[in-house]
Amino acid sequence: MATIMKKVDAVIVGFGWTGAIMAKELTEAGLHVVALERGPMQDTYPDGNYPQVIDELTYSVRKKLFQDISKETVTIRHSVNDIALPNRQLGAFLPGNGVGGAGLHWSGVHFRVDPIELRMRSHYEERYGKNFIPKDMTIQDFGVSYEELEPFFDYAEKVFGTSGQAWTVKGQLVGEGKGGNPYAPDRSSHFPLESQKNTYSAQLFQKAAADVGYKPYNLPSANTSGPYTNPYGAQMGPCNFCGFCSGYVCYMYSKASPNVNILPALRQVPNFELRPNSHVLKVNLDSTKRKATGVTYIDAQGREIEQPADLVILGAFQFHNVRLMLLSGIGKPYDPITGEGVVGKNFAYQNMATIKAYFDKDVHTNNFIGAGGNGVAVDDFNADNFDHGPHGFVGGSPMWVNQAGSRPIAGTSNPPGTPAWGSAWKRATADYYTHQVSMDAHGAHQSYRGNYLDLDPVYRDAYGLPLLRMTFDWQENDIKMNRFMVEKMGKIAEAMNPKAIAVLGKKVGEHFNTASYQTTHLNGGAIMGTDPKTSALNRYLQCWDVHNVFVPGASAFPQGLGYNPTGLVAALTYWSARAIREQYLKNPGPLVQA
Amino acid sequence: MSDQDRDNPRRDFLRKSLTLIPVVTVASTGLGGSMLMATPEPAQASPAKAPASEKAYEPSYFTAEEWAFINAAVARLIPADAQGPGALEAGAPQYIDRQMNTPYASGALWFMQGPFNADAPPEMGWQSKLVPKEIYRLGIAATDSWSKAFNGKTFAGQDSATQDDLLRRLEAGGAETGEHFAAVPPKIFFNLLLQNTKEGFFCDPIHGGNKGMVGWTMIGFPGARADFMDWVERNEQYPFPAVSIRGERA
Repeated sequence: MATIMKKVDAVIVGFGWTGAIMAKELTEAGLHVVALERGPMQDTYPDGNYPQVIDELTYSVRKKLFQDISKETVTIRHSVNDIALPNRQLGAFLPGNGVGGAGLHWSGVHFRVDPIELRMRSHYEERYGKNFIPKDMTIQDFGVSYEELEPFFDYAEKVFGTSGQAWTVKGQLVGEGKGGNPYAPDRSSHFPLESQKNTYSAQLFQKAAADVGYKPYNLPSANTSGPYTNPYGAQMGPCNFCGFCSGYVCYMYSKASPNVNILPALRQVPNFELRPNSHVLKVNLDSTKRKATGVTYIDAQGREIEQPADLVILGAFQFHNVRLMLLSGIGKPYDPITGEGVVGKNFAYQNMATIKAYFDKDVHTNNFIGAGGNGVAVDDFNADNFDHGPHGFVGGSPMWVNQAGSRPIAGTSNPPGTPAWGSAWKRATADYYTHQVSMDAHGAHQSYRGNYLDLDPVYRDAYGLPLLRMTFDWQENDIKMNRFMVEKMGKIAEAMNPKAIAVLGKKVGEHFNTASYQTTHLNGGAIMGTDPKTSALNRYLQCWDVHNVFVPGASAFPQGLGYNPTGLVAALTYWSARAIREQYLKNPGPLVQA
Repeated sequence: MSDQDRDNPRRDFLRKSLTLIPVVTVASTGLGGSMLMATPEPAQASPAKAPASEKAYEPSYFTAEEWAFINAAVARLIPADAQGPGALEAGAPQYIDRQMNTPYASGALWFMQGPFNADAPPEMGWQSKLVPKEIYRLGIAATDSWSKAFNGKTFAGQDSATQDDLLRRLEAGGAETGEHFAAVPPKIFFNLLLQNTKEGFFCDPIHGGNKGMVGWTMIGFPGARADFMDWVERNEQYPFPAVSIRGERA
């Protein structure tokens, strides 16, 4: 029998970025809020203590901060005709665990969104016609515009302490010749901090990109270029490019995280409680199945606890949100055969390509120097910044040098043809480790009828519940775009005049490789939209079917973005919180009539 | 491969009888330790200092036969040569033995619920039921049995050229290994051995490998310095030697 706790106003599942933002917003509104985080308590001290955290083996290689998949993982198959197999070792993606979630170990590339990507289907139909979109591509509009979200992007950047260079502010050109992005949408204010310094690798990319006629700009980074205090009073120190960023706790208080930027403020308020080691099993619904009554979780000692609440926020990682909805019976599960149902629909990822350029010993790229969010990028082939008409694919890709710091066990690479061991490997590794530039095309990934999430019929987690099953593979549109981007980025690499080049792009017929890290930018499965027949959430991230459940996170994206998702995740969470504070609490019920 | 030390009789002797060698005390690099006699040759060509070691390490997981294999194999995967010390001198065998006592080696970091499909294509990732401890136990026995079938010698007893040849064949999938590798696929064994050897060459010395930070020194990685504010924008060689978590300087 479950122990029943005292009822609270709101319970939040997961304490990463979305959980922390919601906790702050809802406690500001006077609600009594409990956040349940299944992993342990984590913070700059002791988890990011110098020098213990400067340990590649423990963090990058043995993956200390990531989800413990010995207890729960996902299964993966390439099509409905295959039998899904468990993701037994972390590979393609690295979800977080513990207080801060992936927000504690992320890199910090902090973008907004290209406005057309919020109305992807409408935009493509308007410019290229309905037939341009492949038949099985299920892209949709988000149901919210850039103009509506702008104040929330702006506020999130102030909370994160983001470094960057505006192109225009309130219509005034401010960023020309200073590293601004001419393709960026208008802003209501400058970035809180100026851009970070550029590594020598990024300088090489900047010059080469300009030489071939592209328009390089400084990446917006949630790593601080100087000291900063955010609107919550949280203090950050300047990033020193330590090179232990992605996969690590920042020892310098320089990388924005829920732990550094929001939790210190929440600790001050009496109406907030954070319970780590609390693993939520399901959302409980009343007999009508239209209203949630709270959640059930397992505590650190293995006891089953019920936490009643008026409002339930699912703030876990993308695929955990989807799994919790499926396990709880919230929303109609998606069926890829009929195309009906919504939960699990439009699962999308990131379409990556990488080029590495190797140099002589007079080019010192010093790859151990780095910060996760810094770098130089071009948007000439992102979103719809070029005419897709002659190329026959949907989607775009920013390209960049984002030198986050490479370490010797996992971060060395040698020119193609170098043996993997022996004296020849040794010599090449010594020759090239500090003399190479790695650049990425961070391609948008579209949603398709056959890429979706549901519950696995065979494999179960440590608590006996079905694992989430991913049915996912690359489609023709993805390969076509990837090859186009490799060609365009190849021009930048060649303009650097390196000794050798390695290209890691997709080949025709290539399947999704679960073992090779790509990004942790997983999208969809509980998507927002304007029609309950085609989306699980309305434009305020409220469940169409259960009005007191809100589901912030990239699970709400109907398809993937060219940019990294965290900036849009944060802005949408603030947007949703505003709707809860100003509309829902006064009159609890659906915020949009179906 | 152009190993200058190939079949050097002294090195060969050292490799085979490593656990039997007494240590000699020398004025070391401030660690107050002593030094194993496996000094890289030619010493004057080595950019890194000779490695230091406290005393001969006694393996806690590997048997004497397995320990001889590990010592021999890592010395071929990352050999001591003109570039400097190799994985043996860096203490990779000790590192690997210590790792065998961690949750990693028991597969406790992985999802290990059945059913297993060990023959799944590589893009489905790890699908074997085997865990690192088992892979070493089975893989070393298989390699030695395969090696003996040629000339009666274990892997550790073969000359360097033969050892390299055997390793290359395991790396390629070892189709010709026959029944010797019935219990463990040669490639899984080879990949694990190579991965752990590189870990032992490049990890922080706190884990028992990379002694004297020889791996870091070879490639110019500054270790735990982790503060490059003044170096971000420069096209210059970083001038400072590596430091470790414990504060040792290379």
